Amino acid sequence: MNAKTLYDKLWDAHLVRQEPDGTALIYIDRHLIHEVTSPQAFEGLRLAGRKPWRTGSIVATADHNVPTDPSETEIRDPISREQVVTLDQNIRAFGALRYFPFHDPRQGIVHVIGPESGATLPGMTVVCGDSHTSTHGAFACLAHGIGTSEVEHVLATQCLIQKKAKNMRVRVDGSLPPGVYAKDVILAIIGRIGTAGGTGHAIEFAGEAIRSLSMEGRMTVCNMAIEAGARVGMVAVDDKTLDYFRDKPLAPKGELWEQAVDYWRTLVSDPEARFDREVVLDAATLKPQVTWGTSPEMVTDIEGRVPDPASFADPVKRDAAERALAYMGLEPGTPIGEIRVDQVFIGSCTNSRIEDLRAAAAVVRGRKKAPNVKRVLVVPGSGLVKKQAEEEGLHRIFIEAGFEWRDPGCSMCLAMNADRLEAGERCASTSNRNFEGRQGAGGRTHLVSPAMAAAAAIAGHFVDVRELLPASV
Amino acid sequence: MEKFIRLDALVAPLDRANVDTDAIIPKQFLKSIHRSGFGPYLFDAWRYLDRGEPGMDCSKRPKNPDFVLNQPRYQGAQILLVRENFGCGSSREHAPWALLDYGFRALIGPSFADIFYNNCFKNGLLPIVLPAEEVDRLFGECEAAPGYRLAIDLPSQSITTPEDRVISFEIDSFRKECLLNGWDDIGLTLRHADEIRRFEEAYRARHPYYFVEESAA
Ligand code: SF4
Repeated sequence: MNAKTLYDKLWDAHLVRQEPDGTALIYIDRHLIHEVTSPQAFEGLRLAGRKPWRTGSIVATADHNVPTDPSETEIRDPISREQVVTLDQNIRAFGALRYFPFHDPRQGIVHVIGPESGATLPGMTVVCGDSHTSTHGAFACLAHGIGTSEVEHVLATQCLIQKKAKNMRVRVDGSLPPGVYAKDVILAIIGRIGTAGGTGHAIEFAGEAIRSLSMEGRMTVCNMAIEAGARVGMVAVDDKTLDYFRDKPLAPKGELWEQAVDYWRTLVSDPEARFDREVVLDAATLKPQVTWGTSPEMVTDIEGRVPDPASFADPVKRDAAERALAYMGLEPGTPIGEIRVDQVFIGSCTNSRIEDLRAAAAVVRGRKKAPNVKRVLVVPGSGLVKKQAEEEGLHRIFIEAGFEWRDPGCSMCLAMNADRLEAGERCASTSNRNFEGRQGAGGRTHLVSPAMAAAAAIAGHFVDVRELLPASV
Repeated sequence: MEKFIRLDALVAPLDRANVDTDAIIPKQFLKSIHRSGFGPYLFDAWRYLDRGEPGMDCSKRPKNPDFVLNQPRYQGAQILLVRENFGCGSSREHAPWALLDYGFRALIGPSFADIFYNNCFKNGLLPIVLPAEEVDRLFGECEAAPGYRLAIDLPSQSITTPEDRVISFEIDSFRKECLLNGWDDIGLTLRHADEIRRFEEAYRARHPYYFVEESAA
């Protein structure tokens, strides 16, 4: 029987050579580059007197360090500036298919602009020196986050050294209740399988609930595959995938489009394909999720409570929960709905696309930020997302509610720029990591969907967004 | 890359699960455009009581006496014992750079996050996976005996404890060869440059839509 999974097909299509021990060279179609993980790679290339193999595969942008406050037209921090300038110099010296520098109207978070520009296309191998490269798997891409040595390796050889991962399928059956979003789906999955649950596996997300998600929603799910331990997360091609690319600038046109579509339609797992592991969730039972600890697997739903560390049988987990509660300043048994927040962050490559902003705006419309919430940042994922949101008037809804409407960038997802939490501050965040210090030293992060973040901004504490949604939604 | 063949060294135990790369090297240090100099900032938020910024003179900063690496008995350790899912989170290679720069050459734990695991090998840092019970036992022995050392022998894939217990470990043969010889991946791959070029041509003919702009240019 020769039935293949989607992952098998993508792997086979890019396999250049394989050693007897399974070590393989995989051909790379698209290399996304940003300022933080590339300088040492370009330096290595230069020191060895090498050149990029195929500059036409490179798409670059500055996103991690750039300020998102529209009044800041320059990067004030000299070290951040040096990194962005170094990227400029490297791209100028070596070349690229596209470069979206700071201030370019299409600049944005690398995982938002890749698909948006059509630089990411179905069936491609996509790499980037960033673990959330798994995002691009939403388009049936084999997308890997890589380290800086691998960035250099791909620059020099157009290949990545890999061993094939195992196949895992996460099926979400049924349909999602109102008020439950892609973010809740992936948080619930991580809560179920744990942050190491997908280690060594390539995950295909499947099932009715995944199919019914928009491309934006699928990106949110694949984005956090890495938080489930899997370097790769994917969704098979369907009509939605193809529609998404029809008018994208870098997508093929005319006859080539037709030819591409014929191939892309094959990018689904064969019905008899075998998976090494399968996990099944029922969408109908899902509720809005909120993390309570310092790892994305420390998650419960809005009707839940902060757990008691003593309830964990595994001593390593119990110890981790104790540390997490101490860091987060939470008492066991506290209802999630009673946790008050100081800041709210709506943004990041997980949740900064137009659909995310629409979901947040639907909750905010006509309401105001709670007085105890010091600051609400809304940071669109790209210049184009920002433009579209403004055309739809979403920015006005946010500004009238007392939120700050920012320029695109990674912002408070990792707080490499000026956007950050102060020690002890608590944040409802739509980003992907609630690690200690991630949003600023001593800052406390709770991961939620954009609608739940918006609801917390209005209420001043976590609240069930299903109670705030207009009845028609 | 520096070769790794044998290492007989002091061991330090880091008894926490899911240690992420943000904890190993916090983001403010990622602004550097160099590969070295991260050692003083390794585990910065746990190691020091003040907030670290790039360029600080760490010798003058207040140290957290409770953090394991600050204890006198673990000074000079080159082997770090860790718990499950070590190195999860961001792909930053600054994490293995910081561990190496600090002086670690090997890590021993029950599991490592994929990207981190891979990044270690690219830099001559050896991550060894052992069964959880074995790691537990090593934690116990290490904490009970000041000056606890382990001898790692990569050619025979074994670790010897002070009581001469020999523990064998698995490692992928390609990665082992690279470490033993200090080989540079890029050089190795470029030996197959002709094969890559042939593949690329055939691939381009099959999937011209992935090369549209380049053909037009
Ligand atoms: S938004 Fe956050 S997770 Fe995404 S690329 Fe930027 S820093 Fe990384």
